[in-house]
Amino acid sequence: MDLSYSPQEQAFQAEVRAFLAEALPSDISSRVASGAGATRDDMERWHTILNEKGWLGGTWPVEHGGQGWGPIELHIFEEESALANAPRIVPFGLKMLGPVLMQFGTAAQQAEYLPRILDGRDWWCQGYSEPGAGSDLASLKTRADRDGEHYIVNGQKTWTTLGQYANRIFCLVRTKFEGKPQEGISFLLMDLDMPGVEMRPIRLIEGGYEVNEVFFTDVRVPVGNLVGEENMGWTIAKYLLGHERTNIAGTGFSVQAYAQLKDLAQRVTRNGKPLIQNPLFAARMASVEAELEAMKITNLRMLSTAAKGGQLTHEPSMLKIKGTVIRQELNDLARRALGPAAAPFPSEDLDNLAIAPPGHGHNAAGYFNNRKISIYGGSNEIQRNILAKGMMRP
Amino acid sequence: MNFGMSDDRRMLSDTLRRYLADAYPFEHRTAVAYDAPFHDPEKWADLAELGVFYALFSEECGGMGGHGFDIVTVFTELGRAVCPEPVLGQLLAASLLRHAPDALEPILDGSDRYALAVGEIDAPYEYGTPKTAATHVSGASYTLSGRKTVVYGAASANRFLVTASLPNGPLGLFNVSVEDIDVIGYSMIDGGPAGEVVLDSSPGTLIVDDAGPLLETTLDLGALALCAEAFGAMEIAQDMLVDYLKTRKQFGQPIGAFQALQHRAIDLAIEIEQARSIIILAASAEGTPDFPKRAAQAKHLVGRIARQVAEEAIQMHGGIGITWEYPLSHYAKRLVMIDHQLGDSDHHLERLMAGLVEG
Repeated sequence: MDLSYSPQEQAFQAEVRAFLAEALPSDISSRVASGAGATRDDMERWHTILNEKGWLGGTWPVEHGGQGWGPIELHIFEEESALANAPRIVPFGLKMLGPVLMQFGTAAQQAEYLPRILDGRDWWCQGYSEPGAGSDLASLKTRADRDGEHYIVNGQKTWTTLGQYANRIFCLVRTKFEGKPQEGISFLLMDLDMPGVEMRPIRLIEGGYEVNEVFFTDVRVPVGNLVGEENMGWTIAKYLLGHERTNIAGTGFSVQAYAQLKDLAQRVTRNGKPLIQNPLFAARMASVEAELEAMKITNLRMLSTAAKGGQLTHEPSMLKIKGTVIRQELNDLARRALGPAAAPFPSEDLDNLAIAPPGHGHNAAGYFNNRKISIYGGSNEIQRNILAKGMMRP
Repeated sequence: MNFGMSDDRRMLSDTLRRYLADAYPFEHRTAVAYDAPFHDPEKWADLAELGVFYALFSEECGGMGGHGFDIVTVFTELGRAVCPEPVLGQLLAASLLRHAPDALEPILDGSDRYALAVGEIDAPYEYGTPKTAATHVSGASYTLSGRKTVVYGAASANRFLVTASLPNGPLGLFNVSVEDIDVIGYSMIDGGPAGEVVLDSSPGTLIVDDAGPLLETTLDLGALALCAEAFGAMEIAQDMLVDYLKTRKQFGQPIGAFQALQHRAIDLAIEIEQARSIIILAASAEGTPDFPKRAAQAKHLVGRIARQVAEEAIQMHGGIGITWEYPLSHYAKRLVMIDHQLGDSDHHLERLMAGLVEG
């Protein structure tokens, strides 16, 4: 039993830390730390900096311009990035489509798209969910009908994250209507400037814009944009899901959120004393810290299995559930810590009034926005269904 | 990083699991755990022979283990069998008597059975200022007067480690023979020996005259052991639950087909993984300055999780879960009552809260 990183891993951790300290622009990290979130420009600047270092596609194989990182190196990079308040790497091209093309794409597709993901010429978004196909994704209805060398696509996608910044979209579309729903789905690439595509923003609970609806009306897509075989889209979607599930515990975010919360609870007061001395509040803090410490070990146990090439079965779903519950508890505490100072609608004008301590003007917005984390990527109830299927297997 | 068990511990774990499955079948366990002396002295001797106590002692004390993960290995197996043998007293004695070589040999071979007498009425978990008082006789010889309550293992112990206030105030720790005290023995509600210990000018030998720090470290080791015991019991309770969900039929199908039950069973599985992880973290911190915090985090989390597993496993079983004959009920009792031993979930949360303010 040994919980520590190997000397090589420790050296890599130090290298990542030093790089972040030097290369991450402070205006970007302060926006991330404040909860205001990275802007489009922040994300593009950070991608460019990482790409110059060769770390943007860190897990990609060397022949595709990556570093060939394993699960532990990726974890170290992501955890250190979160602790440094770096923007998250936008996952749709790098963590989702890239690995899919490497596994299922033609040589021509790989040559065309992979370099453009790395250098930022393409910003991909995801067309999976539909108004009638959320947790039951396989019931999706957006259809692609073959017409000579084209598919004609009609339908609607939703919850398309950061679609407003994207120029391309990968979609699950229905290409067969009989048989099992999972067996009639295909994986199709589209340009958002194709005639018949319309992107509409969805405003979220806290007032921000990060997701969209996408409408497709008789969009003509060349058959060369199909990835893999026709009707094997579900297989690809499941493969992609496996890649989406790295960093599923979000330990870095929680560790950073806990540190910020502890700092806040020492600065704000109740009854003339620091909030951290309030027994009811301190009890919740100490309890969630213990949960977080336990989850970090659960996460390392999973990484250790993955790094040895072991098959992960139940661990990612467990970490998704526990990780989101912990993050939401931390969000709740950060909001409550402010008392009435959490109430004003965030704006730059308000920052000057210093109602909340610096860097905490978005605590309520963060709490509301992060209700999403137990819903997206397979809701926590879907994760329980996945786990139960394994548990009930004879 | 390596989360595998060492070969030695794997062997100990396998040996102990096989032995307990064979020697402590459930019927035997219920037969001995609730009738005096509330355990099986023959099985106690077997455990000594198997080297279980050696695993709890460091090499400098003549043992072959004594690390956090050795403790976890032994107590996980005891928990899986809800074994009523009072092994915890032996672990605590090993720690408290680490500088008393003469006392160690009889603990290692099991010929002495120790119980730690610290709790008093109205001060169940606050051990620092006992009402039990020590009067100096000569050298290390004292007489002790007072009452210790719910002393785990008391009904079957022949030696007691007793805390008492020294004449000038500090906390003293004394070694006392059963022959010099009154023990009113009883079984715990979840089986196994306990008792009241009454000292009336009883002779005792002073071991440490500033026992606070040593006692704290020792109780943290005890907390780790109890967490591991709870973990072993939780694993079995979860196995029984999953088995029941698959086989019990109502409304024409296994009750495990119902999502309402599936999700609750999965929540237990997730919590049990959290328990496993915090125990690993605490065990790895044993012997480091982090240990008190990690032990408190473990006892806090495991106390809460153990109760949840007990209550939910009973509820999903229905009436059968609260019958004496069905083993789950005894596992559930142990899981709940472990939280009453060496500080409950709230007690350890308060320790952590104090650490928040200091840190």
